[in-house]
Amino acid sequence: MPRFYTEEHEWVEVDGEIATVGITDFAQGQLGDIVFVEVPDTGVELTKGGDAAVVESVKAASDIYAPVDGTVTEGNSALEEDPALANSDPEGEGWFFRMTLSDKAQLDGLMDSKGYKAYCDAL
Amino acid sequence: MSDTEDMDEGAVAIETATLPLDAWHRAKGARMVEFAGYWMPIQYEGIMAEHLWTRENAGLFDVSHMGQLNLSGDGVVEALEALVPGDIAGLKPGRMRYSLLLAEDGGILDDLMITNEGDRFGIVVNGAVKWDDIAHLREHLPDQITLNHLDEQGLLALQGPKAAEALTTLVPAAADLVFMQFVRATWQGHEIGLSRSGYTGEDGFEISLPHAALPAFADALCAMEAVKPIGLGARDSLRLEAGLPLYGHDLDPAIDPVEGDLGFAISKRRREEGGFPGAARILGHLADGAPRKRVGLSVDGKMPVREGAKIFDGEEEVGVITSGGFAPSVGAPIAMGYVPTGLSEVGTALAAEVRGKRVAVTVASTPFVPHKYVRKTGA
Repeated sequence: MPRFYTEEHEWVEVDGEIATVGITDFAQGQLGDIVFVEVPDTGVELTKGGDAAVVESVKAASDIYAPVDGTVTEGNSALEEDPALANSDPEGEGWFFRMTLSDKAQLDGLMDSKGYKAYCDAL
Repeated sequence: MSDTEDMDEGAVAIETATLPLDAWHRAKGARMVEFAGYWMPIQYEGIMAEHLWTRENAGLFDVSHMGQLNLSGDGVVEALEALVPGDIAGLKPGRMRYSLLLAEDGGILDDLMITNEGDRFGIVVNGAVKWDDIAHLREHLPDQITLNHLDEQGLLALQGPKAAEALTTLVPAAADLVFMQFVRATWQGHEIGLSRSGYTGEDGFEISLPHAALPAFADALCAMEAVKPIGLGARDSLRLEAGLPLYGHDLDPAIDPVEGDLGFAISKRRREEGGFPGAARILGHLADGAPRKRVGLSVDGKMPVREGAKIFDGEEEVGVITSGGFAPSVGAPIAMGYVPTGLSEVGTALAAEVRGKRVAVTVASTPFVPHKYVRKTGA
């Protein structure tokens, strides 16, 4: 399944009409120990670049933005019990939410894994 | 992803200074951030691990950004007592005391440690306000008092249950100190100032030594199995768990010592005699209670409640959070804030507002984690 990346360090994996969104390993490394994740409620309409979730490390709260337009279909309830999943498996079990895609063309503006790696290396 | 604690865009850009151990921190893998005008290590391996390490072993903190001053001259005791509410006259040589630099109206300009070093008084002040403190002292001290800023001295803090054993192997004199005692010693030919103190709630020491000696001393400590370098992030979570206020966050010039729950810093004799800045307001608050008070708060659930969050009693906004975060040793979020004194009893149920949502908080007794100061030799 294709996976896309934003400059704000979110990843998006697309499976048909549904996208799964999380933060990258690079992002979790920058954030440090994650102690709380606030995922969006099912049914919330998201706008590309708008606030979607909040991740709290020991030190600070950070906003997570919607990578594309769409509607939330599911938040990852596993993060409520174990926020550290976002550290230990950010690009797998530590996903944040799933959403529909209103405009698939928006994916074209995101980076692929190779592009994202080059982007991080340059930071 | 974006950090919501943005820099103040209106702040004047001043070049960030480097600490004498800057290269040492970077070589140890520290992530450096700007704090109090310096590049400082926020963390090495991670705040959680570093915090827990300090509670169980010994953590080495670089607090060289703090201001080290000393005062000497005829009448130095009286001159100091005119600016702080502590009993300086009763402070014996080799003893130190927590005190407060007070504005004319009794507001807190800084919290500081004052040490009777025999021939002079040593003062350690917060890094973020040290230049203001120096200006205030110069303005208010009589001409015959000499104020020295020891800007060639660094300051390290070694904190945790294994701190005494580790430090004693380098500086045997450390073993003779108990909490809030000071001694001058030497290490490899360098004169160092040593006190059994710190700001983590743990047993520990603060060590003042010349810049030139810092890297070797830090290396000698970190060569021991029990000692790891610890960043500012864990220093903040440790002091929050210890119920200790942080200047510029939990204390500021609008707050007096009684509101700040620092009544203990107003010594008995000074309560009777007064004669410190803002004495009328402060003694009035001691006698009749202050309108508001700093309290500890336990937080329901896992979502941290941070500085700036409003505190509610029912629908009424009654106060504000001044420090808050996740407490690694408690395993839950905790906070500090100001509430009306009538709502400051331990067990009072309140709420804090985070991102438009109400979170239940309860006034808690502090410290959240018991202090482990060593008060008697051999204890």
